[in-house]
Amino acid sequence: MAATQEEIVAGLADIVNEIAGIPVEDVQLDKSFTDDLDVDSLSMVEVVVAAEERFDVKIPDDDVKNLKTVGDATEYILKHQG
Amino acid sequence: MSSTNRTVVVTGIGATTPLGGDAASTWEGLIAGRSGVGPLKQDWASEQAVRIAAEIAVEPSEVIPRPQARRLDRSAQFALIAAQEAWADAGFTDKAGAEGTDVDPDRLGAVIASGIGGVTTLLDQYDVLREKGVRRVSPHTVPMLMPNSPSANVGLLVGARAGVHTPVSACASGAEAIGYAIEMIRSGRADIVVAGGTEAAIHPLPIAAFGNMMAMSKNNDDPQGASRPYDVARDGFVLGEGAGVIVLESAEHAARRGARVYAEAVGQGISADSHDIVQPEPEGRGIAHALQNLLDRTDLNPAEIVHVNAHATSTPAGDVAELKALRKVFGDDTDHFAVSGTKSMTGHLLGGAGGVESVATVLALYHRVAPPTINVENLDPEAEANADVVRGEARKLPVEGRIAALNDSFGFGGHNVVLAFRTV
Repeated sequence: MAATQEEIVAGLADIVNEIAGIPVEDVQLDKSFTDDLDVDSLSMVEVVVAAEERFDVKIPDDDVKNLKTVGDATEYILKHQG
Repeated sequence: MSSTNRTVVVTGIGATTPLGGDAASTWEGLIAGRSGVGPLKQDWASEQAVRIAAEIAVEPSEVIPRPQARRLDRSAQFALIAAQEAWADAGFTDKAGAEGTDVDPDRLGAVIASGIGGVTTLLDQYDVLREKGVRRVSPHTVPMLMPNSPSANVGLLVGARAGVHTPVSACASGAEAIGYAIEMIRSGRADIVVAGGTEAAIHPLPIAAFGNMMAMSKNNDDPQGASRPYDVARDGFVLGEGAGVIVLESAEHAARRGARVYAEAVGQGISADSHDIVQPEPEGRGIAHALQNLLDRTDLNPAEIVHVNAHATSTPAGDVAELKALRKVFGDDTDHFAVSGTKSMTGHLLGGAGGVESVATVLALYHRVAPPTINVENLDPEAEANADVVRGEARKLPVEGRIAALNDSFGFGGHNVVLAFRTV
């Protein structure tokens, strides 16, 4: 069953908390992974792989560079989830 | 700042070991003659021939925040904990170059070494690759497993820009790192260098491999009695983990900022056996060569040496070869060396040994006490004939006058490194 926008944001918040130690309540749609959430380029790869697994979605490397904010990632997952 | 042969002193110490999470608790354990060895309780241990080790007293996860810890190999975690302690102990409150500090980052170096690098990261990620596939291999794997990772991370911690180095020489690595650091200051390349050794290799593969080499004690029934340098029943080393780091500084720089000085780092003697890839040369010729180099290259006075923190891993051949070398080079002066085998308590930290044992040697001079060698029930007559081994209990060193001490470290590959320290 496909996840809702709310479920995706909550899931990404868990992942970012695990990887970067950012409190889950700080992970909001408008937040930039690199500028606001302490997710550098290597950790972004971890976030993407964890999100792929959690939401049954494939995010090719070429698309990762377009996922600047939590909102970008949420929208991408909503559209592509299996 | 181009002067050479400048005096080098130790102004900070830090450690995390099987005896304690810092230098003070480690020293307390050493002086009390406490063993840090215990049974391995991991699931994988039951099928091993060796089921004992000296595991860290304080898990790094209790000290380092999880997001930082998950991108550091365990060996780098140990190194950062010890370096942080040493840096603060030397009186520094922030990294070089930070606002409000007067340490010049361009004159600050870091030299931290390990014997086998990020081995647990490499093996764990190989398990991930096989069990979960390519996509799941951590993007942090390379910066975690590279042998220079502890040094590079410590360099980042303190803000070192004069040079960050990692000399690798198996179980002599930590001592070689400190020797390299002393040279950086002596030759004028740096004013301060954070230096030491670290190791984290308690994992089924290294234990199986060292076990199959017949290098490790299989005294599984008596873990605390297993590491017994100089005892006739010694049957190999016990693997330990942890790190020891010291802050080395030019005497000039230390005096200028009014730093507490633990000891002078007099210098190092280095040689290679060119005898066998793993077996020590039985007469200790290579070790004697390193000791002679130390005497030739420094103003160390053998009459002042009162203590040796020996390499003494508890192997049948190595322990005695070292004592023969001391006797060969120092003759009757050897009679006033209180020789301590602290691996009887910490186990053998491989590349971490030179770091932790330098901390122990510096503190032995500072407090004027030699730690004991524990578990010597029947002293090997060949050891007794060559040296005065401190057995059972700690021994007081002369309370007055300048005293000096050596820290010996030797590694597979035939690497011999001897460091000398003395009171100021």
